Amino acid sequence: MGTKPRTPHDSTEGVDALDRDPALLPVALDQTTHDAEEAHWTPAKIALWGGISLLGGLSWVMLAVVRGETVNAIWFVFAAVCTYLIGYRFYSNYIQKHLTRPDDRRATPAEYKADGKDYAATDRRVLFGHHFAAIAGAGPLVGPVLAAQMGYLPGTIWIIVGVVLAGAVQDYLVLFFSMRRGGRSLGQMARDELGKVGGTAALIATLAIMVIIVAILALVVVNALAASPWGVFSVSMTIPIALFMGVYLRFFRPGRVSEISIIGFILLLAAIVGGGMIADTEWGASFFHVDPLPLAIGIIIYGFVAAILPVWLLLAPRDYLSTFMKIGTIGMLALAIIIVRPEIAAPATSEFVNGGGPVVSGSLFPFLFVTIACGALSGFHALIASGTTPKLIEKERQTRFIGYGGMLMESFVAIMALVAALSIDRGIYFAMNSSAALTGGTVEGAVAFVNGLGLTGVNLTPDMLTETAKNVGESTIVSRSGGAPTLSVGLANIMHQVIGGQGMMAFWYHFAIMFEALFILTAVDAGTRVARFMLQDSLGNFFPKFKNTSWRAGAWLTTGIMVAAWGAVLIMGVTDPLGGINTLFPLFGIANQLLAAIALAVCLAIVAKRGLFKYLWIVALPLTFAAVVTIYASFLKIFSTVPAVGYFAQNRAFSKALDDGLTTFGTAKTVEAMEAVVRNTMVQGILSILFVVLAIIVMITAVQATWKSYKTRDFGTNEDDAVPSQMFAPSGFGATPAEKALSSLWDAQTAQAKVAKVGTPERTTRR
Amino acid sequence: MNLLATVRTGARNVAWFVKGVMGEDAWDKYKAHHESLHATDAAACDSPRMMTEREFWRDQTDRQDINPQGRCC
Repeated sequence: MGTKPRTPHDSTEGVDALDRDPALLPVALDQTTHDAEEAHWTPAKIALWGGISLLGGLSWVMLAVVRGETVNAIWFVFAAVCTYLIGYRFYSNYIQKHLTRPDDRRATPAEYKADGKDYAATDRRVLFGHHFAAIAGAGPLVGPVLAAQMGYLPGTIWIIVGVVLAGAVQDYLVLFFSMRRGGRSLGQMARDELGKVGGTAALIATLAIMVIIVAILALVVVNALAASPWGVFSVSMTIPIALFMGVYLRFFRPGRVSEISIIGFILLLAAIVGGGMIADTEWGASFFHVDPLPLAIGIIIYGFVAAILPVWLLLAPRDYLSTFMKIGTIGMLALAIIIVRPEIAAPATSEFVNGGGPVVSGSLFPFLFVTIACGALSGFHALIASGTTPKLIEKERQTRFIGYGGMLMESFVAIMALVAALSIDRGIYFAMNSSAALTGGTVEGAVAFVNGLGLTGVNLTPDMLTETAKNVGESTIVSRSGGAPTLSVGLANIMHQVIGGQGMMAFWYHFAIMFEALFILTAVDAGTRVARFMLQDSLGNFFPKFKNTSWRAGAWLTTGIMVAAWGAVLIMGVTDPLGGINTLFPLFGIANQLLAAIALAVCLAIVAKRGLFKYLWIVALPLTFAAVVTIYASFLKIFSTVPAVGYFAQNRAFSKALDDGLTTFGTAKTVEAMEAVVRNTMVQGILSILFVVLAIIVMITAVQATWKSYKTRDFGTNEDDAVPSQMFAPSGFGATPAEKALSSLWDAQTAQAKVAKVGTPERTTRR
Repeated sequence: MNLLATVRTGARNVAWFVKGVMGEDAWDKYKAHHESLHATDAAACDSPRMMTEREFWRDQTDRQDINPQGRCC
């Protein structure tokens, strides 16, 4: 089956078109050369991979089997890195060999559509950084923190194994298939492969999912900044800083991106330090003390204004700042974890694996797998992998390093977030992440609640909470749910041991809050813009005027609709008497995983169209898993009779209480609060139904398309026509010996051309 | 002496990488693309005029206005 020619381009006539004049330097290495290099196992190579396997195996034993009082964080790092290396070297290579089968003789869109702007061949290592900065955000930092309630082992296994078999596979395949289609978006590919019904369902699902994701990211920021004068001041300072940077780049020194980013970064540090001083003054503490609801309204107004301002003024400069912070902070945290090597006292699996936990409700299966989305499998990446990145790739074989490798890197970020969250005392962890409805928002209430959970080894005292709050420069840390504050305490806990000591803890805490708020705000702004264009495009089918994206009134109206949509969900989360984040976060995870299922379903149909049924399992495995997890989780959210889990069960319980004339029920203390619960659970329940129905439609159409390909053996392709490439570049991070040899020939030729043509401006190329 | 050279090369490579990831090399890439068009094909002189550096950077953010790209969560 797999031996059939997969697409017309790979049949004999296609090969002829790509054959290159033997007098010219080759643009690709022969498959046999690649195979020979791989199969050539020198003793050093055997020792290296043997060592990696042994170290990885040992680390997993330390994490999963050995039960000491504590486990050292370094084992998480080793288990992750060794597994990634093995997954990358062997599994992604297997996918490359049998499923994607890149052909470096074909030009990539960056070459055949080159315009020096959107389509421009970019060095693979630089593009790796680009792609990583675009996919990594707050998701991999928040999810693992919340999932830490289940103990360290389930989250660790899902993040590491999940990325190798699911998340990185999705990113790699979507990137590759989009590249073969000139950089077409996921929505367009869904329409091409699944037809009108599947394509439309995918589009609506993407739009709805985008709204919910923006809303919940905004909720994370609100929870982190509410009643924190220091945080509010320093994060709001990012707006004037970004405006200044935007004006500087537009009018004074266009293109000096690194320079202004460094200036911006210094201003950012000043804003953090200044925030501490201002929060210490009486007027500052009262002026910048904002309650959750006004803060949410502020973010909604901000989101609207930011999305209609020109990109150069706010979005672009903050993007630079956020990239700068992201790469710097993540690198710093990795180093700090290796230096400090904190001991983790949390149990491997906690008391809450069967449900009943205060942070995320529901049992380990399926809710762990939706709580940790980014880091293991994230559908949102499919939008990036079918966006900018495929238009910048130099050579087809590089998709493996960028797509698969980039996702492994994000997974590593998730592991570090998990380690940081686990490094803080478990009692403090639960006091921070249980909603105010449970702790009453007071130190005494939190201590009573957490100690009442009956967790082994947890003995929380009021001093521990007040002391930690004082150290990080906050008035309280009780019920600071949402993940970001916990991660920041963890990061401060690790970083102050490397730089600054106890006195710097408050700085590091607010540095981490700033770091997360910065890219969440960028994601909110960019997400609103993308959603607005999607809405305009769809509305344009009925009212042609909306197709004109420069029509100001239409742009404002559609932006307003999108902001109102996520704003409503945000307000709902902020005012929710049940605590907000713990009821809404599952929706975020489910939405993200459903998008992953949609992306994988599109990949499934494409693979089937290529006739590669023997290797269909590579896509079917993660797709089935994502489908089972999300449909089951949605099913529980819709049909469960346990009020803490099922939205409609909760709805019925509160409706009944209202009917019975009760004025207080559960955590809702007033009739209005009870009515709010009835309203919220209804909206959440309807959203759950909408998402799951749309995703099921997409999956069914994908299976139909796959079955059709199987039955009819009618293999076509929606790929762009093959264009012969005129350049060469190595495929991985480093070049293999054969690639190096060919690269140097190309370099010599370029140098010769330069000598022959004096006066040609120098062009720096590094291989 | 050798060590100094190594450090210098290392620093240059880091600067090149940072500039690339931040997108500072966009103008260089655009310029190189345009010049290569003119170098290989005289007829390409009819192709769109090359923008100046200032115009290019303006155009770059203005294009993002009508073609927004999502950031991930």
